[in-house]
Amino acid sequence: MNVSALDEASSVGSAVDIGKVMQIAARKGCGRSGGGKASCGSQAGQGDLPTEIWEKVKNHPCYSEAAHHHYARMHVAVAPACNMQCNYCNRKYDCANESRPGVVSEKLTPEQAAKNVLAVASTIPQMTVLGIAGPGDPLANPKKTFKTFELVAKAAPDIKLCLSTNGLMLPDHVDTIARFKIDHVTITINMVDPEIGAKIYPWIFCNHKRYTGLEAAKILNERQLKGLEMLTERGILCKINSVMIPGINDQHLVKVNKAIKSRGAFLHNIMPLISAPEHGTEFGLNGQRGPTAQELKALQDACEGEMNLMRHCRQCRADAVGLLGEDRSAEFTTEKVMAMDVKYDLPMRKAYQAKIEQERVAKLAGKQEELVELASKMSDIKPMVAVATKGAGVINEHFGHAKEFQVYELSTTGAKFVGHRRVDHYCRGGCGEEERLATVISAINDCHAVLVAKIGGCPKSNLLKAGIEPVDQYAHEFIEKSAIAWFKSYLEKVQSGEIQHTERGEAAIRQGALISAA
Amino acid sequence: MPFKIIASQCTSCSACEPECPNVAISEKGGTFVIDPKKCTECVGHFDEPQCVAVCPVDNTCVLDTSLPRYQARA
Repeated sequence: MNVSALDEASSVGSAVDIGKVMQIAARKGCGRSGGGKASCGSQAGQGDLPTEIWEKVKNHPCYSEAAHHHYARMHVAVAPACNMQCNYCNRKYDCANESRPGVVSEKLTPEQAAKNVLAVASTIPQMTVLGIAGPGDPLANPKKTFKTFELVAKAAPDIKLCLSTNGLMLPDHVDTIARFKIDHVTITINMVDPEIGAKIYPWIFCNHKRYTGLEAAKILNERQLKGLEMLTERGILCKINSVMIPGINDQHLVKVNKAIKSRGAFLHNIMPLISAPEHGTEFGLNGQRGPTAQELKALQDACEGEMNLMRHCRQCRADAVGLLGEDRSAEFTTEKVMAMDVKYDLPMRKAYQAKIEQERVAKLAGKQEELVELASKMSDIKPMVAVATKGAGVINEHFGHAKEFQVYELSTTGAKFVGHRRVDHYCRGGCGEEERLATVISAINDCHAVLVAKIGGCPKSNLLKAGIEPVDQYAHEFIEKSAIAWFKSYLEKVQSGEIQHTERGEAAIRQGALISAA
Repeated sequence: MPFKIIASQCTSCSACEPECPNVAISEKGGTFVIDPKKCTECVGHFDEPQCVAVCPVDNTCVLDTSLPRYQARA
């Protein structure tokens, strides 16, 4: 099974020394030196990506930050078995209210999965990617996994196929992966040092034998890196997922970043540990805490340079459906799908997607206009803004209805997407709900402003009290263009002395149940 | 004694099914069961019982003490 989730700073565990992480980053040269960094992480357009790679990622929400505003993915849970145990994973829990990898509501056969894919693709024309990510490991269930891909490729040839694996069995299946034209593979690599691996993986099952401790971690590390090399040799795009576990592998992930970069990985996704005790994972039960938003961002910043960093991962379930951050899987249960009369309408899908591409061009043009004006400004300050959006790259969500906020860091070079913060819905009617509003504020506490489509008077005054400026003047406009416009006026106010720029505080990473479906 | 699966602990992940060298494991009523007539405790095949080694929940594939130990035929 692939990866993990988080909790607030409620549990104990050792603190992350951000200074140390930065230091290691500088020493290992994984920072800013050298050229050739392709910008998938934060750019809205092709940027400096080669055309053949841009073609592969431009409508893959997980491989392109720009695409994730517009395109949707779906996972089918055809792979229940796993071949190892991770301390952040517990697949005994099967709850509809839990959103974290490894959890699903129902298992599917390849035939059910293929029908499900067609039903979703016909209902959600922006669904461009089918992934198999579990709930176990796809390559511990090779027959079911590849049968599913075969059926889907035949019925819906325009859908991109991808899989997400722990990498243990990867070297044995690389040729099959290439043959099935799966051109996106994600491997979860949490360490390149078996001493650290032994603290994360209690055991693996390989060659008809259960290995534990150092031996297990050593085998896993060798096979993961070998698999990565074999994939990149064949031109298959690889994303590496790493779970940031404070006190165990946080500083070490800089080294992991270097190791995967040298082996040709395309994208590195550093995710916060999910470790709520109620999930029943080893880490959850022994009080291992997850990182704070600031710790996570510091590590991501330290690893960014020549390598693309993914910051928009929502750590979704192995049966998630929809845009990242939303889950419509409840609309597509086997029972409902089997009752549907599904007709795969490829021309309709193509027409819809062409419209999305037009919107993206307009969005990019809007950003460029603002950027030209920004170019004349000089300043070192880098404020962050939170944005309430339902997708399409537009500020189109009411503050009180937002399930998450997207966070952008602004500088004179433009707006850079640096992450997202999940929150509970604030608005349940009325003006009370002080506690819930406090949770929202703590989730975006590192931001100077919050851009929304609409906001009520009560939360407005509370936000101002907390030092966060609520901004609704850019309602229904493009995110980046608006963020840059806000930044320009902010800079003008700072320079005229009307306001004083101060650093904001720490923000909490909130993640538990993503309860609502869309 | 063949192995048995404690149904209340089985997550139904199916990992054990393809590993059994005797094809003794199948799905029944939502969880997996071992056919005691086919189970050889992996004697003659592997050093350790495969269902035990691959099962994600400890103490779920256990020896069925109500039956005699498997005897390899000479």
